[in-house]
Amino acid sequence: MQRFSCPFCGPRDETEFFYGGEAGNERPEPAENISPVRWAQYLHMEKNEKGRAREIWVHLTCGEFFVMERDTVTHEIFKTEAFHGERT
Amino acid sequence: MTARRLDSTSEQSSAESLSFTFDGRTLKGRAGDTVASALLANGVRILGRSFKYHRPRGLWGAGAEEPNAIVDITYAGQRTPNSRATAIALQDGMEVRSVNTSPDAEKDRYGLLDRFSQFLPAGFYYKTFLWPDWHLFEPRIRAMAGLGHLDPATQPEADCPQRSAHCDLLVIGAGPAGLAAARAAAQEGRDVLLADEQDQPGGSLLHRGGVIEGQPAGQWISESLELLDGHGATRLASTTAYGIYDHNLVCLWERRRGQPDRLWRVRPQQIVIATGAIERPLVFNNNDRPGVMSADSALLYLRRHDILVGQKIVIATNNDTAYPVASALAEAGAEVVLADLRPEAQAALPDNVEVRMETSVQAVEGKASVEGVLLNGQRHEADCLLVAGGFTPSVHLHCQAKGRLHYREDILAFVPDEPVAGTSVTGAANGAFDLASVLEQGHAVGSTKGNAPQASECLSSYGIQPAWPNPKAQGRQWIDFQNDVTVKDVALAARENYRSVEHLKRYTTLGMATDQGKTSNMNGLAAMAAISGRTIPEVGTTTYRPPYVPVPLPVIAGRRRGELFSPMRRLVLENEHRAADAAFREYGPWLRPAFYGKGKPEDEIQREARQARQTVGLFDGSPLGKVEVMGPDAAALMDFNSYNTLSTLKPGRVRYGFMLNEDGVVYDDGVVLRLAEDHFIVSCSSGHVPGVVMRLEEWRQDRFDPARVVIHNSTPQWATLTTTGPRARDLIAALGLDLDLSDEARPHMSFANARYQGTPIRVARVSFTGDRSYEISIPASRAKELWAHMRKEGDKLEATLLGTEGLMILRAEKGFIVAGKDTDGYTLPMDLGMSGPRKKRTGEYVGKRSLFTEEAERSDRPALVGLTVDDDTPLATGAHAVEDGPKGLRSLGFVTSSYWSPTLERPIALALVDSGRQRIGETIEIYHLGTRQRAKVTSPCAFDPEGERLYA
Ligand SMILES: [Zn+2]
Repeated sequence: MQRFSCPFCGPRDETEFFYGGEAGNERPEPAENISPVRWAQYLHMEKNEKGRAREIWVHLTCGEFFVMERDTVTHEIFKTEAFHGERT
Repeated sequence: MTARRLDSTSEQSSAESLSFTFDGRTLKGRAGDTVASALLANGVRILGRSFKYHRPRGLWGAGAEEPNAIVDITYAGQRTPNSRATAIALQDGMEVRSVNTSPDAEKDRYGLLDRFSQFLPAGFYYKTFLWPDWHLFEPRIRAMAGLGHLDPATQPEADCPQRSAHCDLLVIGAGPAGLAAARAAAQEGRDVLLADEQDQPGGSLLHRGGVIEGQPAGQWISESLELLDGHGATRLASTTAYGIYDHNLVCLWERRRGQPDRLWRVRPQQIVIATGAIERPLVFNNNDRPGVMSADSALLYLRRHDILVGQKIVIATNNDTAYPVASALAEAGAEVVLADLRPEAQAALPDNVEVRMETSVQAVEGKASVEGVLLNGQRHEADCLLVAGGFTPSVHLHCQAKGRLHYREDILAFVPDEPVAGTSVTGAANGAFDLASVLEQGHAVGSTKGNAPQASECLSSYGIQPAWPNPKAQGRQWIDFQNDVTVKDVALAARENYRSVEHLKRYTTLGMATDQGKTSNMNGLAAMAAISGRTIPEVGTTTYRPPYVPVPLPVIAGRRRGELFSPMRRLVLENEHRAADAAFREYGPWLRPAFYGKGKPEDEIQREARQARQTVGLFDGSPLGKVEVMGPDAAALMDFNSYNTLSTLKPGRVRYGFMLNEDGVVYDDGVVLRLAEDHFIVSCSSGHVPGVVMRLEEWRQDRFDPARVVIHNSTPQWATLTTTGPRARDLIAALGLDLDLSDEARPHMSFANARYQGTPIRVARVSFTGDRSYEISIPASRAKELWAHMRKEGDKLEATLLGTEGLMILRAEKGFIVAGKDTDGYTLPMDLGMSGPRKKRTGEYVGKRSLFTEEAERSDRPALVGLTVDDDTPLATGAHAVEDGPKGLRSLGFVTSSYWSPTLERPIALALVDSGRQRIGETIEIYHLGTRQRAKVTSPCAFDPEGERLYA
């Protein structure tokens, strides 16, 4: 079982967390100006990075969303950080 | 094999105080016995039958690697199937049953299968039973094949506790390497947890002996344990580390006497893998006969259990470790021939042993036991054949932690490469087979200070020479005892191009089953190497995965079962509902009254639905979502989150609408109450409360200033008690609330705050039934009084209690949806007839762009419709609307809800049908389980389409 570090609560078992998608997948707006292809990219085309990835996770027990950088192969965690007002 | 307990003097035989049965026969054993040692001491030869050919099999080893002695154990009313007899401590009153035998191990009726073995090669079942359909044959084949049996009457109580632990150093294995590591670390003040799978610590020292720091091994073990205890180390015996998982979580299975087993989840700073090595067989004709045993295990049974495994013993070896075994057995009174295939040995030649160099075994004679051994072509009489094929380091945990291996030619074994971060592998598991280097390695991983314990008077040479399976040799040479894989099967796999070691495993089943090839893998891949002209490292090993040994499921499940696994959510009024004869059912996580009364469920449900339309129904809607959204940006968040605009809602008013996913699909429907400019309550579906909270939180934190809007889920704090029906207002009026209930003051889709006997309440006029309805939300702690009062006033109005099932009928009559039941993973809001926001809204909201795709704008999209039938047979929920197409029947959609309406006195149904709205008035066909029924497409609302009853 992996151990993630919530920026607010500290290290906890992975069962307390939920994956929230890849970081940096900005929502294309306004809808009127967005091509179907661009919208489909936003909805479906995850990069699915092998190796170092930047992801959004939520700590279910405290409810905070945060950014985690980790290796999707070795499961090494590089860092976790709170949203700092950035729209990731 | 004529194994016997040595010290069976009259005094000692009173030590045989434990009584147990094997296949119904009563036998005696002594404290300290394993089931295996007790059976051995009783001279029981055949302990089971092999998996595929039902060949008789006897004891091979003495530990976790045991491939043959697999038994079902019934003790204290609980049966544990597929246990290794070598790993179970004998208890008085144990019932031991051999597996894969019928009626018992001695006389097995499927034994004749072995005679047909040439017709049952690897892959036989795959090839033969392919036509016409494997599933026709599967049940019979499985019934014949399986190992142990489960018995519901003796299943263990699943109350195994689980513990989480942290430590500086977790040492796995309390042999010489593990003890040296633990000592060194503990003396440095590190917090040590030492786990060993045997019932007493010491590992190989317990039978191999030796002198450490000038003391006999036994004394050094005791001293080490005292030292560890003095430093506060935790010691666990009979505890197997069966898996290393992500981020170095180690799971331990602790077997306790008189108490349920226990699971440990340990998070150590550092893991020391000191798991030793396992002796592997030599491969020759009929090398699987009962009486062919591991030489190292024979020494163990002698030293630890006083059992001499045979009287006329042949030991076949390719290395020096057999020499002390020969010596010890001869000293214990056996006649021993040591057949060494090498030209010379470094070990001291044992006394009273006939040593034959350059001698190997070609075959074993005898069926149910060893009667003779063919040595360099000459028959030699024997009752037991011990084989010493060299040791295979137990690298499982290292590999589970994603460690790599390399092959060492000098010891003919795979050993760990660089250790994985946070782990170290030491001792025999690391390829060190002599006591001095084992102690040195162990000490080094425990501490960088001090000196390693010094060993003397022990074997220091190994000198192994290859003795791998010979693909050209005659006869049936067994590689995998448990799964009946021979050298010929490996050759067949190679011929059919299953040459990758992973393919070899799946095709022949080599290394599968409960032992996972602990004794067979090396010989298997050596055979494949020889057959396919590759080296052993080129063939490589299969992937090691947890668990190292089979772990009973109750241990893994622990107490996380039933309500402790998935807690039932209970209504605050559950007792009141029970007193009113409620029949409870699970709705998502909630336990709710489905209906009330003791009659037939259909009748009670119909009665409730009918009467609620006539007078008034009382419904406990407490699980209904009450998610508060507060703050200056609350309205903006609500607008973004919802399909419908909510910023224009006036305080005191209620609006119905949808929440969409980003793909435009309807996620939930429900009403929103606006308490104040900056305060909303989202009354989402009961089942969607956690999801709605999460999506609101996600957008709040990702898109808004989290300081300007907050989300609070107050669902459990409030009970919501609902009245619906023509007399609903009379009932509310009778409660004595200080509230104007006139339609002018309190129109449909409005709410008001009020007090009930001093307690703040919220009364909302919303309707899920189409009738005039009022929902009273009251702090859960005061719900009882209000409910009792409502019941009392209700009695005067001929009210009915309304369960969830009755409510479902009422809402379906009106064509009101249940999100997820009357919608599926494709349903867009327009499909449900709600197109306004899509056309009118200018701002962004979740899912907006997806409502303007080609797919969303298709003219033949499904739509929610009603269905009526001519006769009195309700349609089946899930039945398909069909039409005949060029390729046969084509589905147009399906029935989502279907009921008998007691008010309309006819069946009603809702369905999602392609081009549904254009079809209103048409008759379509509904297909269900081979029958067809005609149905007319209508609008979803079957009852009171004008909505007059809301004000009736
Ligand atoms: Zn947290």
